[in-house]
Amino acid sequence: MVEEVKLFRTWSSPYALRIVWALKLKGIEYETIFEDISNKSPLLLRYNPVHKKVPVLLHRGKSISESLVILEYIEDTWKQAPLLPESPYEIARAHFWAKFSDSKLMPAIWHVFLTQGKQQEEAIPPAIEILKIIEEELKGKKYFGGQTIGLADIAFGWMANLLYVLEEITGLKLMNTQNFPSLSAWINNFSDVPAIKENWPPHEKLVTKFQAIREKYLAAGATK
Amino acid sequence: MARGDLKLIGLRPSPFVNRVQYALNLKSAEYEFIEEKFGSKSELLLRSNPIHKKVPVLIHSEKPLCESLVILEYIDEVWTSSPSILPSDPRDRAVARFWAAYIDDKWYPLLKEIRMAQGEEAKLAAVQGVEEGLGLLEEAFENISKGRSFFGGDSIGYLDLAFGCFLGWLRAVEEVADIKLLVGEKTPQLAGWAERFCSHDAVKGVMPKTEMLVEIAKILQAMAKAPSPPS
Repeated sequence: MVEEVKLFRTWSSPYALRIVWALKLKGIEYETIFEDISNKSPLLLRYNPVHKKVPVLLHRGKSISESLVILEYIEDTWKQAPLLPESPYEIARAHFWAKFSDSKLMPAIWHVFLTQGKQQEEAIPPAIEILKIIEEELKGKKYFGGQTIGLADIAFGWMANLLYVLEEITGLKLMNTQNFPSLSAWINNFSDVPAIKENWPPHEKLVTKFQAIREKYLAAGATK
Repeated sequence: MARGDLKLIGLRPSPFVNRVQYALNLKSAEYEFIEEKFGSKSELLLRSNPIHKKVPVLIHSEKPLCESLVILEYIDEVWTSSPSILPSDPRDRAVARFWAAYIDDKWYPLLKEIRMAQGEEAKLAAVQGVEEGLGLLEEAFENISKGRSFFGGDSIGYLDLAFGCFLGWLRAVEEVADIKLLVGEKTPQLAGWAERFCSHDAVKGVMPKTEMLVEIAKILQAMAKAPSPPS
């Protein structure tokens, strides 16, 4: 059927979760194809030859890759439950913050998570600085977009649960409700949205998976 | 639009700044160019882009916009006169955005790496990466342009701007590293496109001369090699 929507994803990829949320928020029916990253399917490699990664969205027989690009495609194609504001300036701000999540926050958090000892100690202050920037942006707002959940919220969504998973694994607390009241409130507001709440990956499974990733990185670092 | 209403903070050799200049020229939008000085950041820049502290920053009716690709989309939304920068079909828009992200996240860092690489092995790896990328973009051009002059079709569009802004630096890196990257024999369509892009009215008065970029590249290389003071 021409309108068929398929999503290639893994159970845990935060980038792929973004697409699940967007599709659910817009009430779009789709089929999930779970990929095993250690053994990528020929279909995935055909549909995303450049990056060979999930998520990939298939619609009207054409594939789209890169989660932020897919989010924009979904917004362009299905007009219900808009994820972007009306004014060009506010749209630009949403784009700016979506990029910020990937270009600044994620690398900073990974750097804390995938290191130990002195390296980790040094990685913490920059990560906290970035969280402070986000705290500032969220002051007085329920979501990044204001009163309703939008593109920037979806882009940052990984933070609403992975941050706790990573804190649990490392025993580090990067943020708390006292020092980050707006960010903490955002995490609660975001997580409460039914489309989000119903689609979190199982917590214990995430802990196990990311624990293994951390150990692998630390072991690789130790042999350098 | 009154000229005073639109300001662009930038550095003339920056390809990201050039991108925005070309877009504004395409839309015949008048603006004031506020040039930053190399090595120091003005009060205005730090105030307008406190998070990244980088150029380009477009200030429109006192409101700052940052990140060049974000600015391109903004310009397209506000200046609705033709030509359109982004295509109208959602799938075509996705394809343009995909390749623009690839160019910024993967391809351009490799181009810079050729210039900055310490050691022959690192340089060769970067050259290979850039050439592979050009091969991918050659194929993309064939699929997207469908026989027309630009990625955007008959006129320059989002992907032309996203990629074309690096052509000056591409030539400069070729000269500094003594290699040929964009070659007609390997990527004939891109070679033809590059010539058309560089001679376009919106581009030719703005694209920095290769000689200037070569000088800057040499300075940057020397700075990278010099021992830096403890930060």
